[in-house]
Amino acid sequence: MDIKVENITKSYGPQKAVDGISFHVKTGEILGFLGPNGAGKTTTMKMLTNYLLPEEGNIFIGGKSLIEEADELKKHIGYLPENNPLYQEMPVIDYLQFCAEIQQIPGDSIPGRIREMVRVCGLNQEKHKKIGELSKGYRQRVGLAQAMIHDPEILILDEPTTGLDPNQIVEIRKLIRELGREKTVILSTHIMQEVEATCDRILIINKGEIVADGTADSLARQVQGQELLRVRIEDGDPNEIFKALQQLPTVEMVDFVERDHNRFEIQSKAGMNSNREVFRLATRKGWVITEMIPLETKLEDIFRELTMN
Amino acid sequence: MEMRTVWTIAKRELNSFFDSLMAYVMLLLFLGFSGLFTWLIGSDIFMVGQASLRTFFSVAYWTLFFFIPALTMGMIAQENNTGTIELLLTKPVTDRQLVLGKFTASLLLVVISLAFTLPYVVTVASIGNLDQGAVFGGYLGLVLLSAVYISIGIYASSLTSNQIVAFLTALFIGIFFQIVFDMLATTLSGFFGELFHYLSLTTHFESMSRGVIDTKDLIYFASLIVLFLKLAEDSLAKRNL
Repeated sequence: MDIKVENITKSYGPQKAVDGISFHVKTGEILGFLGPNGAGKTTTMKMLTNYLLPEEGNIFIGGKSLIEEADELKKHIGYLPENNPLYQEMPVIDYLQFCAEIQQIPGDSIPGRIREMVRVCGLNQEKHKKIGELSKGYRQRVGLAQAMIHDPEILILDEPTTGLDPNQIVEIRKLIRELGREKTVILSTHIMQEVEATCDRILIINKGEIVADGTADSLARQVQGQELLRVRIEDGDPNEIFKALQQLPTVEMVDFVERDHNRFEIQSKAGMNSNREVFRLATRKGWVITEMIPLETKLEDIFRELTMN
Repeated sequence: MEMRTVWTIAKRELNSFFDSLMAYVMLLLFLGFSGLFTWLIGSDIFMVGQASLRTFFSVAYWTLFFFIPALTMGMIAQENNTGTIELLLTKPVTDRQLVLGKFTASLLLVVISLAFTLPYVVTVASIGNLDQGAVFGGYLGLVLLSAVYISIGIYASSLTSNQIVAFLTALFIGIFFQIVFDMLATTLSGFFGELFHYLSLTTHFESMSRGVIDTKDLIYFASLIVLFLKLAEDSLAKRNL
C-alpha cells in the first residue's frame, strides 16, 4: 500500500505545526523523516495514523482517503508513537494478547503471532515480566512488537531506536530493512547515520514545511552541486602552487587549509572535475601530490544547511 | 460496530482492576460501609423494625455516589497522562468503542459489588415478609443510578489527564443530580419546580425503590447515560493537546 499525503496542515493555536506538507511513499519504500525538534515530524505521524485529523488536505492510503475510511485503513497500519507509551502494569505476553485481539486477529492465529513477535523482537526472557519492570531497550522492543503484531502493510515508527544499545540498534535497523522490502515504512529520527543506514529516501522538514526530499546522494548533490577536493602538494612554494591551482580552467576557487603543510581545498566549477588537471599541473611543475581526497557533503552538513536560520 | 472490540477493552480494564488490588479495596469499602450502616449504625434495620431493604438502598445510594467517581477517575485520565490513549486510538478502535468499553467495565464492577450484597436480601427475607417488587426495583434503580454516575465519571475523566481533577469534577456534576436539583425543586414552584423535580435523580430512584417501575424513570436514566457518554466521546474527539 502506498501513502499519498496532499497538502496537510495542522496548527496548535496560532502556531502552524505542519504547514501544507505533500509527499508520496511507494510500497516497499523506507522513508526517513528528518528534522530538528519541533519541526512537525511527530504531528505529521499523528495525522498519518489518524490520531489527529488534518485541518486541511487529505491523506490517501492505497488510494483510499484516511479521513473517510479510517476504521478500515487503521487495520493496515502499525504505529510506534513517540515516547513509546505502554500499559506499565501489564505483563508483556498479556499486552501482546490484548493488542492482537484489538487488531481483530482471528483467535486461532493469535498464539502463533505472539510467538513470532517474541522471537523477532528478542523478548523470550522477559515475556512474563510486567512492562513497567523492563529496561528502556526492552520496552522499545515491546513497542515494536505491538506495532507489528498484525503484520501491517504500513509501519510508522516515531524514533524507533531511542534507548537501545548499539547492538540492538543494529538489529532493529536490520529488521526495519527486511520489513521494508514488502512494507511501506516511515520512520522519524534525528540520528543521521540511522537514515543513511536504513532509508531509501529522506524527507527533511523544518518549521512544518518540507525543505528537502530525495536520496542521501541526491540531497548531497542538491546542496553541494560542486566537487570539492582536498589536496596536499609538496616540493613547491605554497603561494606559487596556490596561484597555479587558481588558474586551472576547471577550478572555481582554492582555499588554504594548512599553509605550512601545503594543504588546499579546491572547489571545481559546476559539473566539472579537477583531479586530472591538478595531476597534470603537478607533473609539469615537478611537484608531488601526497594527498588527494574528494570531500563528500555529509548528511549532517545538508541537515544543518537546510534547517539553520 | 464491532462489539468484540468494546469487550476487549472492557476485559483489559477489569483485569487491571483485579490485578492492582484497586478492585478489592473498593469492594471492601463498599460492602463495609453499606453493611455497617444497614445493620449496625444509625437508623439501621433493627431500629426501623421492618423486613425491608429501604435502609440498605438509601445507604448504597450515597456510598455509590462517592465510590463510582473513584472507580472511573482513572479510566481516560490515566491514558491521557501516560499517552496510551494514542496507542489505543490508532488501532482499529473508534472513540465510541473506547468509551463504551470503559463504561462496560465499570458497570460490571458495580454489578459484581451489588451481587455481593445479595446475602443481605436473603437474611432480611428470612426475618419477615419482604416486598419482592421493591427489592427488584431498588436493585434496578441502583444499577441505573450507577450507570448514570459512571457515564458522568467517564466524561469527567476524559476532560483531563489528572485523576484527582477527574474525581472532583465527577462529584461536582453528580451533586447536582444527587441533591441540588432536589433542593431547588422544593424551594421553587411552578414550571421550574417541576423541571428540577424531574431532573433530580433522587425522585426517580425513590419511586423505583418503592417497586414502581415507570417508563418515564427508565427514559430519564437512559437519556442521562447517553448524554454523558456522548459528551465523553466528543471530548475524546477533541484530543486535548
